[in-house]
Amino acid sequence: MEDSIPVNQKIKHQELGETGRPWEETVTTSQAPELGLSEALELEQGPETGLQPRSSPPTMPLSGARTPDRPVDDLVGLRASFPSSAFQELPSTLSPLALARQDFMAPWQSDKTTSVIPEAETPHFGHLEQLSDKGGSTLHQTCQSKGNTFHQSQQTKYPLYELRDVSDHTSKQKELRFDIFQEDDSDSNCHLDQPESGASQVAPSMLEIAIQNTKAYLLKTSSKSGLNLYDHLSEMLTKVLDKRPENAVDIIENISQDVKMEHFSKKLDTLQNENEMLPTYEMAEKQKTLFLQGNVEGADQELEDEIAEHALPNIMESAFYFEQAGVGLGTDETYRIFLALKQLTDTHPIQKCRFWGKILGLKMNYIVAEVEFREGEDEEEVEEEDVPEERDNGDSEADEDDEDELPRPFYKAPQAIPKEESRTGANKYVYFVCNEPGRPWVKLPAVTPAQIVIARKIKKFFTGRLDTPIISYPPFPGNESNYLRAQIARISAGTHVSPLGFYHFGEEEGEEEEEIESGRDSFEENPDFEGIQVIDLVESLSNWVHHVQHILPQGRCNWFNPIQKSEEEEEEEDEEKEEEKGEEPDDTEQEVGPPLLTPISEDLEIQNTSPWTTRLSSNLIPQYAIAVLRSNLWPGAYAFSNGKLSSLGHSNPLWASQAVCGKGSTCQCRRRERCGFNPWVRKIPWKRKFENFYIGWGHKYSPDSYTPPVPPPVYQEYPSGPEITEMDDPTVEEEQAFRAAQEAAANSTEENEETEEEEDEEDDYD
Amino acid sequence: MDAESLLLALELASGSGQGLSPDRRASLLTSLMLVKRDYRFDRVLFWGRILGLVADYYIAQGVSEDQLAPRKTLYSLNCMEWSLLPPATKEMETQTSVVKGRFMGDPSHEYEHTELQKVNEGEKVFEEEVVVQIKEETRLVSVIDQIDKAVAVIPRGALFKTPFGPINVNRTFEGLSLSEAKKLSSYFHFREPVELKNKTLLEKAELDPSLDFMDSLEHDIPKGCSDFPEVHPSGSILEDNGQCSGNFSG
Repeated sequence: MEDSIPVNQKIKHQELGETGRPWEETVTTSQAPELGLSEALELEQGPETGLQPRSSPPTMPLSGARTPDRPVDDLVGLRASFPSSAFQELPSTLSPLALARQDFMAPWQSDKTTSVIPEAETPHFGHLEQLSDKGGSTLHQTCQSKGNTFHQSQQTKYPLYELRDVSDHTSKQKELRFDIFQEDDSDSNCHLDQPESGASQVAPSMLEIAIQNTKAYLLKTSSKSGLNLYDHLSEMLTKVLDKRPENAVDIIENISQDVKMEHFSKKLDTLQNENEMLPTYEMAEKQKTLFLQGNVEGADQELEDEIAEHALPNIMESAFYFEQAGVGLGTDETYRIFLALKQLTDTHPIQKCRFWGKILGLKMNYIVAEVEFREGEDEEEVEEEDVPEERDNGDSEADEDDEDELPRPFYKAPQAIPKEESRTGANKYVYFVCNEPGRPWVKLPAVTPAQIVIARKIKKFFTGRLDTPIISYPPFPGNESNYLRAQIARISAGTHVSPLGFYHFGEEEGEEEEEIESGRDSFEENPDFEGIQVIDLVESLSNWVHHVQHILPQGRCNWFNPIQKSEEEEEEEDEEKEEEKGEEPDDTEQEVGPPLLTPISEDLEIQNTSPWTTRLSSNLIPQYAIAVLRSNLWPGAYAFSNGKLSSLGHSNPLWASQAVCGKGSTCQCRRRERCGFNPWVRKIPWKRKFENFYIGWGHKYSPDSYTPPVPPPVYQEYPSGPEITEMDDPTVEEEQAFRAAQEAAANSTEENEETEEEEDEEDDYD
Repeated sequence: MDAESLLLALELASGSGQGLSPDRRASLLTSLMLVKRDYRFDRVLFWGRILGLVADYYIAQGVSEDQLAPRKTLYSLNCMEWSLLPPATKEMETQTSVVKGRFMGDPSHEYEHTELQKVNEGEKVFEEEVVVQIKEETRLVSVIDQIDKAVAVIPRGALFKTPFGPINVNRTFEGLSLSEAKKLSSYFHFREPVELKNKTLLEKAELDPSLDFMDSLEHDIPKGCSDFPEVHPSGSILEDNGQCSGNFSG
C-alpha cells in the first residue's frame, strides 16, 4: 500500500494508449510536437508538485485530441505508472503544471539522450502491483514497434505499474506513453488545454528536432559491430511478430542474440552457386589493358619502327635460357612482364631497357626494370635539400660577457657526402618498379652514399609498399623506396658479370693518365667478341668480369674527398698529394676499389667458400648446355652465358637484327669478307649471349643470423673544465667557515687601515 | 608436391623464381614413378631442392597410409637415382646444430668441428680438444626434419582423423574459398601438435576433433612470420614463411 507520499518528481504523462495503431503503419517520421513531448520522459527534480495518477484509464480527451491528428510511427508514448493509490493532492494550480511542462520540454531536449537511456530493468508487464516508494513515481517507457518502428524500453528504478489498457498488444511490444495526471478530468482538461495549446505553438520546432535527434541517435552505428540499434530492434521485433512465440518476453535476449548471429552466416544455397566478386577479377581487368595496348593504330610504318628500336629486350629468350638453369618466373608471368616493359618503353623516352629481376616482399613483390634514358631526355628530379648542417662552433655571441656562455661541444657533424650525378657511378641506370604487371611503373629515386652505407648495416624485409617507413638502427634515411634502390645498387655492383671480353674499354683518352685514381668508368661492347666456350666459363671464374663499378665503403663509386675547401685548393692538393698527407693527419685516406672489368675470381671469399658457383645447365646434353653462374654472396643472383657463336647470325647484334626486316640484301657489317652472310637464310635475331638476373629477397648472405649493431659509447661531447665538471654543493659548515675566513680577512684589512689612520693621526698630533 | 600433379604445382609456385629446368622435370616425373613402385608408397611427394656448392640435392618423400606418420625421405643428385635417408633423431639435431654455412653437395663430405670435452683419466679431469666429424648426410637429414617441423603447412579440412587413429585424406576437400584462404587460422602445421594440449577448455570447445588435430598457424610467434604475398592470377594464393624463406606453400 502506498501512503500519501509527496512526489518529488514531476512527471507528465500523456497517454497515447490504443492510439498505437497509427504508429504502426507509416514509416515517415512524424512531426508532432506533442508526440515528441510524449516521447521522452524525464524525471525532474523539479518543484515538488505532487502529481497523481488517475485511477481511470488515462485516455484523455487530450490525447484523443492530439493523437489522431498526428500520426506517429516512431513515436513514443511514455507511460509512467504511478501508484494508483498514491493519491495526492493536485498541484495547487495548473500553471505550474504548464510551466513544468514547458520546463520539462526544454531540458528534455538537451538531455534527451540521457533521458532516453536510463537504467533498464526487466519490465514487468501486466503487473498490477503497486509498490509504494519514496520517490514514488515510476517511469516506464515502452516502445512500440511494428515493422520499422520501435523504441527503447526502459525502466527506472521504481517499478510501479499500473495496468493500462494497452494490453491488446502482445507483451513483446513496448509502448511509450505519456500519462498526464489529473485529478479531475474536467479541471485538468480545461486547464491543460490552454497551456497545452500555448505550449504546442512554442514547442513544434523543438519537438521536431528532438524527434530527429532521438532517431538519429538510434540510427547511430556501433563502432565495434557496424550495426545500429534502430535496425537491430526492428529486425528483432519483426522476427517476434512473425513467429509469435509463447512467452516471448522471457526469451527476448536469446532472440536478440540469434538476430545478431545471423549477420555472420553466409546464406548457403546448395542448389545454385553465388558468383563472388573476387579480387582476381580486378587484376585480370588491369592486365587486359596490357594485351590491348598494341591495337592503337596498326600502321605498317609503326611496326617497322618498332622492330628497328632496340630498347625493348627479348625477355622471352632470356627466360628460355634461364629456365634451362632452373631459374625463372614461369612463362605466363614472364610474358606479362614483357608486355609491361613494352608499355614502359612506349611511355618513356628510353634508350636501353633491361628486366633486372624480381624482389620478393612480404605483402607484395617488386618487378624491377633497369632503364637508361636517351641523351638529354633525362627527367630531372626535384633536388632534395641535403644541406650539411654543422653545429655553430664558430659563431660567437656578442653578449658573451653578460650571459653565461654555454660550453661548446667538440662534435662536428660529418659533412654529408653528395650523391653521384645521374648516369655515373651508382646512379648510372634509372630503375622503375611495379608490383604486378599491369600496375603503373614507379621511378625509384637516385641513391645517395649515406643510404648505401646504412643499408649495409641493416636487414629488413620488403613489404611491397614503397612508402613504408624503415625503422631500424642505425636509422635509415628514407623509406622503403630508398632502401630498395640502395639494395638494387648493391646487388648490381656485386653480381652483374659478363664473360671476359664481351665489354672492353673505349678508346683511350688523353687525360687518363692523370686520373688514375678515379678509374675508368665507361665501357663499350666489344664487336670482335667471339665468345668463350661453355666449359671454360664453368671451370674458371676468371672468364667472367664485373661490368658494374664497385661501390666503395664510402657509398659512392668515385671517391669523394669530404675535406674540400675550394676548387683551387683541390687542384693543388692533387698535385701535392704527398705533402698533403703529411700535413693533414685528419685527412681520410682515399678508398680504392677494384677497377671495372676485374674478373670475379678476385672476389673475396666468405667462410672459405667461393663467392660464385658455376654449373652447366644440363649434364645429359652438354653440347647445347649453357653456363650458369650463381652467386653465393647474394642468394638469388644468377647469370648465364651460352658461349658459342650462333651458327646463323653475326656476333654483332646490331647488324643481325636488321637482317630480320629484310632490308637490304647485303651484309652491312664490317667483316664483309669473312662474315658468311647468306641473304637467303632466315636470320634469327640475336640479342645478348649473356644475361644477369636477380630473384630473391634482396638480402646478402650471412652465415649467422642478423644482429643489429650495438649503439656506440656515449660521446665525450664537451671539453671537461670547471664550468661543467660536477661538484657537490658546499655544505653549511663549509660555507660558514668560508664566510668567517672572508670576514676575518676583511677585518684584518680594516684594522690595518685603522691602525694606519691612528698612526697617522698620532703622527699628526705629534 | 605430389608426383602426379608435379607440373601444375611447379607452375603455381613459380612466382618465387625457383623452378626446375626441363631436363630435371622430365627426369623427376619418370623417376618418382619408379620410386613409388619400388618402395610401395601410397604417395610420393617432391619435397624440394637444397642448393650446395658443388651439387644440389633433390629431396623426395614417400607417404604411407597414415598421413601424419613419419615419412621416408630420399635424396638424389641427378633426379634419377634415389637413396634412402635414415630417419631423424634428436642426437642428430644437437650434433648438427654446430655446423653452419652452406652445404657442399657431396654426401660423403665430413664437417670438422672441434669441441672441448672433459676427459676423465684416472683422477685427472682435463679438457681436450676433440675433433668431431659430422657427415653431410646427417646434416641433411636433420635440416630436412627441422624445415618440415617449422614450416610444413596444410589447409584445414584437407585431412581428417578417424576414431580408429589413422589420418586420411579428405576426398571431399575442394580447397578453401578466397576469404578463408587469406586467414592464417585456416592453416595448420603439418606435424604432431604441440600447443593443442595447452589450450583452455573454452578454446577446445570450438574445435572440431576430426579436423582440428594440429596446431594452427595463427598462434605462431613472431606474428606475421607467415604471410600471403600475392594472389596468383589464377586465384591460388602463395604463402611464404618468413622464418624459413625459401619455403612456399601454394
